[in-house]
Order: sequence, then structure tokens, then C-alpha cells
Amino acid sequence: MPDDAAALSFHPDPSPAWPEGLTRVPYWVYQDPAVLRAEQARVFEGPVWNYLCLESEIPNPGDWRATHLGLMPVVTVRTEDGGIAAFENRCAHRGSLICLDDAGSGAKDFTCVYHAWRYDLCGNLKSVAFRHGVNGKGGMPKDFRVEGRGPRKLRVTTICGIVFGTMSDDTPDIETFLGPEVIGRLHRVAGNRRLEVIGRYTEVLPNNWKLYAENVRDTYHASLLHMFFATFKITRLSQPGGVMVSPNGGSHVSATYAPTETVDRAYDGMRSVDDGFKLADPSLLDTVDENGDGIRQQLLTVFPNFVIQQTHNAIAVRQFLPRGTSETDLNWIYLGYADDTPEMRTRRLKQLNLVGPAGFVSMEDGCIGGFVERGAAAASDETAILEMGGTGTETQDTRTTEAAVRGFWKLWRGMVGH
Amino acid sequence: MGDAETLLRLAALNTAYARTIDTDRLEEWPDFFLERCIYRVTSAENHRRGQAAGIVYADSRAMLADRIAALRNANIFERQCYRHIVGMPSILDAAGDIVAETSFLVVRTLRDGRMDLFVAGAYLDRVRDDGGVLRFAERVVVCDSSRFDTLVAIPL
Repeated sequence: MPDDAAALSFHPDPSPAWPEGLTRVPYWVYQDPAVLRAEQARVFEGPVWNYLCLESEIPNPGDWRATHLGLMPVVTVRTEDGGIAAFENRCAHRGSLICLDDAGSGAKDFTCVYHAWRYDLCGNLKSVAFRHGVNGKGGMPKDFRVEGRGPRKLRVTTICGIVFGTMSDDTPDIETFLGPEVIGRLHRVAGNRRLEVIGRYTEVLPNNWKLYAENVRDTYHASLLHMFFATFKITRLSQPGGVMVSPNGGSHVSATYAPTETVDRAYDGMRSVDDGFKLADPSLLDTVDENGDGIRQQLLTVFPNFVIQQTHNAIAVRQFLPRGTSETDLNWIYLGYADDTPEMRTRRLKQLNLVGPAGFVSMEDGCIGGFVERGAAAASDETAILEMGGTGTETQDTRTTEAAVRGFWKLWRGMVGH
Repeated sequence: MGDAETLLRLAALNTAYARTIDTDRLEEWPDFFLERCIYRVTSAENHRRGQAAGIVYADSRAMLADRIAALRNANIFERQCYRHIVGMPSILDAAGDIVAETSFLVVRTLRDGRMDLFVAGAYLDRVRDDGGVLRFAERVVVCDSSRFDTLVAIPL
């Protein structure tokens, strides 16, 4: 039994059992600090692929970018031989951050500001200041070796120009981790053309990170909460679409095709309908079908906390990182393709109004997790219901389902041990 | 137009702009812009890097009107209001369009009374005399931070 099993099941006293099956989620799982500690060890540092950066952000040797594996700061570096290395952003000496900025270029090495311990681009300790003392006095013991000392290192993989890292030797290759359906759709949005960052923002969410992980996998809510979607027929559940779930449950891709019906009755009488609402400047939704497949929106997750989305011609990565049990940093990375025409780039800038902290479609996702946090504040032992679309985690040709949310919990519970 | 008069007119434009938002007369907000205009909300970091994508990007007055229509009719967010505190404009060029830079702070008050210093930044403006009325040909809202709490619903 894991050492912290007792802490994990802290709430209530005596410890609660997780209900059978995948259709219930107890609220303590979003609230307990012990769960966050367990997730750090078993999810973020466990057998998963964490998003690190885009290859195009670190094109040349010495280029680097900092991010986090959950709470763990990491640096991803283009090495001298053109490879990519990643290591914990923590000096082996006293634990200070090694890199203080978010990104840099052309580094020859990394030196900790505290006591000038110096690392190569792969995170290997190369030298220790005053190692042999000063004027024959002080210094490190004679048997001290720099070899083998350094921050923890990640195993790195790249797919479609996106760099992922893992701390676990048990993580399968990313093709196996995601399965052929998700991989195919990842290629669709990122595999054919070089991605380029065109903007970067962080949205501070007042909720546990898993509420956002569920939200992005929840194909059921999109046209109900996000009224802009429904009003402008960007997506409605009656539009063709579906959801594919990776074999391990944790990752998914959903697709929404262009509407086929001219009059939509599925939402009659519901809040999120106003067929009379028209854009004064319809150029916002002037869309080019870049892949020729009619997919208006594709949302793809990689367990645990990565999303790449295409909404019309807006493309963005979302990475969400816990900052505490009830605070999450949602990092928006707005993307274009390197070979965009100026007209297409302007189209993307306009359509990015749909996403992000001020996004016509995304802004509600910023606050909905906080509504759950506040609503369930005293309901640690109560459970959420996940029965839409059945009880399983299989791929479905409808978005009126919570299959991908159940899939998230299936993989999460296997890792964390519930 | 003398320097002092220009300064006064710009200051009046800025306070009218702020007052329109802070008193929830958002439908009047697009009128502060020319029909063809740029309104962009970005951050100092993105601005410095020359990265063009903002959290808001509009290139017409009609798009600004659409944003207000969406806020009023489509988007869901908790009741909140802004209080803009706008500094004195620095006029950088007044030969053609007036080019000016003005610091601002926005305090956000939420439904439950919580108040936060929500955004600090600078307006980078290009202002034109449109038949005796100053309007923005371009207003780039450069927020000092790239972090935004929960959501940015109301215009800055």
C-alpha cells in the first residue's frame, strides 16, 4: 500500500470508498491537498506525457523554454547536437531555480545565481564555484564529484513538432499512449505544417485543475453553456460530430462538422438559442476549410493537461497547471502556421476572439470551475453524476456524451490508486 | 490646435471612454472608434515580442458592437464592474493623427463585493479628429501582465 494512502482517503472520517464504476466522482477529489501531492508523484511525474513546448520555439542550440510538470519547474533545451533535453529547473545544490525567465536563446550553459553551480545544456553539473576553496581554505570535500549530480532529468519525445516529457520509465511511447484515432487527428491539426506561436496569455482559474480537465473533455456542455456557439451555429449537438477516446481513456478528440440543417429544433425552448442574433461584422466567422474535411471545431487532449484546438481557423494550445488545490494556471498559446498568408494570419487573429480569457466561446470555461468549487464547497462526500452517453469510455459518434470525462477518471484512478 | 488644447481634448476623450464603460453604457463604447479601426488587448510581453494575437482583436467598429451584443445576449459571467483610473496622456506626435500613450488602472468589483486591482497598463492610441469629434483610429491596450484572473468580459 502506498505510504500516503491514509492521507489520500482523508475525507471524511472514516475514509470514503469511491463508488463503483465510472459514473460518480466524489467532490473531495477536487478539494484535498493530499490528493494534489499524490497527483504530483503519480500523475505529473508518473507514466504520462506532459507538454513542454513546441519545437519551433527552440530552433537552435542553447534555445530553451521553461514550464512545469504539475508543480515541478522544468527547462526544455535544444542541445548542441540538435536534440532536445529537459530537466528539473532546480539547482542540485540548494534547490534554487536555475533558469529564472520563461525562455531564452543561445545559452552555452546554465549557472545557478545562488552559488554559481554550472550545468551543461543537458542539465549535467559541470562545475562548482570555489570547489577547491579560496587561499587553500574551505572548498568541497576532496571526494566530491560533479559527475552524476544534477537536477532530475526527463525523457523527451516529439510528435508533430510538439515536445512532451515524462519522468517515468514506464510511460509507453506516445503513439501507444494516445492510440491511432487521437494520433490521426493530432496530425490533422499539427502534422502537416509548422506551428508558430503568435501570442501567449495565462488565465488564472479559481478551481482545481481536474475541473478544467473534465471541462475540455465534456462535449455535452459546449452548446449549452456557451451560448455564442449555439447562437451562431458554430457548434450544436445536432451538428454532425463525435468523440474518440484513447484506448487508455485519458486522451480524446472531439469533432464538430459544419451544420447540415438550416433550421435547428433540438434546442427549442432552451436558454441557449436565439436564432435572430446576427453579427454586424460577419468577417469574424469567415472561415477557410483548411483541411477540406468540413471539421469546424476539433478539440484534442493529451492526458493529463494538454489541449490543442482548432475552432474555425483559430488554433491554440492550452496547458493547465495546478497552483494549489483550487487554483489553476491556464496557459493559452495562440498559434498560426509558419507559412500563413497575411490574409490567413489576420483571419486567425480575428477568430482568436472566440478563445482565451476574453473569448466569446471560452470565457465561460474560466468561471464555471469556480462555480463548481463554490457549489460543492460543503459537499466533499457527495458525488457528481456522469451518465450521459452511458457508463463506458468508448468512442462515440455523438457529442451528447460524457465518455471522455469518464475516460479521464479511468486513467487517473489507475494512476493515483482509487 | 495648440498643445494644451490637444492635451485637454485627449484627456476628455479618455475620461469619457472610461466613464462609458464604468457606468455600463457599453452600447455607446464603439462610438469612440472610427468605423475602420483597430482595437486590440495584448500584454507587454506579447507586444515586446511582436506577437500580434491579442485576447481581443477587432478591426471594425461593427466588431466592437458585436462584442457588446455577445456580452449582453450570449456570454455568461458573474455580475461585475470596472473602475478605470486613467492617467494624463503623453502626446508623442500630433502632426497628423494624434499619437499618444496613457497609463491606466482597472479595479474590478465582483458581485460578492470582492475588489481586485484587475489590470494595469497603457493605452497606445492613434486618434483622429472625425468632423470635430476625436475618435480612435487605433487603441492598443497593453496590459503589464499576461495573467488575467478568471475572465475578461467587459472592455478595457
